[in-house]
Amino acid sequence: MYSEQVMDHFMNPRNMGEIPDADGVGEVGNPTCGDIMRITLRVEENRIVDAKFKTFGCAAAIASSSMATELIRGKTLEEAWAVTNRAVAGALEGLPPQKLHCSVLAEEGIHKAIDDYRARHGAPEPSGG
Amino acid sequence: MNTAIRGRSRPVYMDHAATTPARPEVVEAMLPCFSERFGNPSSLYALAREAQVTLEKARGQVAAAIGASPEEIYFTSGGTEADNWAIKGVAAANRKKGDHIITSAIEHHAVLHSCRSLEKQGYRVTYLPVDEFGRVEPAAVEEAITDATILISVMAANNEIGTIQPIAAIGEIARDRGIPFHTDAVQAIGAIPIDVDSMGIDLLALSGHKFYGPKGTGALYIRKKTRIGTFMDGGAQERGRRAGTENVPGAVGLGKAIELAVAAMPENVTRLAAMRDRLIREILETIPDTRLNGHPTERLPNNVNVAFRYVEGESILLMLDALGIAASTGSACTSASLEPSHVLTACGLPPEHAHGSLRLTLGSRNTDEDVDYVLSVLPRVIERLRKMSPLTPERYT
Repeated sequence: MYSEQVMDHFMNPRNMGEIPDADGVGEVGNPTCGDIMRITLRVEENRIVDAKFKTFGCAAAIASSSMATELIRGKTLEEAWAVTNRAVAGALEGLPPQKLHCSVLAEEGIHKAIDDYRARHGAPEPSGG
Repeated sequence: MNTAIRGRSRPVYMDHAATTPARPEVVEAMLPCFSERFGNPSSLYALAREAQVTLEKARGQVAAAIGASPEEIYFTSGGTEADNWAIKGVAAANRKKGDHIITSAIEHHAVLHSCRSLEKQGYRVTYLPVDEFGRVEPAAVEEAITDATILISVMAANNEIGTIQPIAAIGEIARDRGIPFHTDAVQAIGAIPIDVDSMGIDLLALSGHKFYGPKGTGALYIRKKTRIGTFMDGGAQERGRRAGTENVPGAVGLGKAIELAVAAMPENVTRLAAMRDRLIREILETIPDTRLNGHPTERLPNNVNVAFRYVEGESILLMLDALGIAASTGSACTSASLEPSHVLTACGLPPEHAHGSLRLTLGSRNTDEDVDYVLSVLPRVIERLRKMSPLTPERYT
């Protein structure tokens, strides 16, 4: 059912955990649906120098969070904002159709964490955000 | 961290409520029916008569297992067909008499979706609630009965949480009121004694592959004089009620399997219940924030169903699978619907708990060593997933 990439990121998640006193925090999903994702960011000079996740959810949700944090580490906030759910799913060599919402959740988590950083640091909302 | 998924791995199948391996004796009994004694029971020559005799012997074996007469046993393609036939067939045949059906909220989808289908045709269905342990209250059945009630359908034992229903009490109510009583006994055969007469059962669905028989086999028991429509139109097989050339090898396997299952029941129940109780006790003792789903005592001897807070069932299953353990969950993430199990929800479990449920169903090949192995790895799997979960309280991380 799952690709090797999904299973790898599920069994060996990257960047699992929480950054203490993070510069930006994004929590998305709800327990009723069975998926909650929390992304924490460390931002230095407009660049994501560290990103971590904690996720309650299925293997696809955990793998999507892991891959999403991998994709945004080292990127500027603008570059990270542009990482789409399709990019996350693509990097995981695809997700089953009923699991695509997990990659959407990852994209939303990134956006929410960046929004949180910007709100706290007085930066302008991105255009099209 | 990865210690949880490395180290010795042992193949352990603990999903016997999903399906069971066919017994060697069952396969052996079936084999000659494929290419040697392959006759069509409807034909007239010796080869066909032999097939007819073989088929009727199997029918007798199924009948004996539930205290029925052979002519009350109709072979089907499985439990789902038997449930569909019972519900839709009785509803159709009694349409002039009434339009109301009583069932429970925790039935298998074969029953629930048959009822939903009837609702679309104008029938009314009462879905009885269950208590926190998944039990239907017989008094609630009685209260739900109206002049228009034409069928009561309550399962003998639940497939997810293993709760055994007070079937005899419900059967008595149905008999007193003259309403046909159907029970889905798919999980009950070989696990609890079933006697259609003393339990007031008029229709009963069973499925071969749940008790070490072949897949694609099952039967519907129909008490004599029960008004029910035909399920398949065609030839005169199965007393003209279920057309289609009989699956003789399947029926033979079903008959052999049910005979063996009932004979082995006393010994099996004791052995499986001991393993079940140890699993439940030690899981609840060693893993915090865990609860038992289903009834503490009125439960199938092979069923363990526990909910772990803060984690999700599919993740548990996949990690257990990596360790060689085959199990099941009521989490939405294993279904396309994204809804958690209707059974756990009906028992009042909040969705976030229902998502973290794990079902282990024991079977004939499981040993104490299997139980030891599950108990040795499960706490690490839960701990590992809880470390990943934003819901886990800090005291665990």
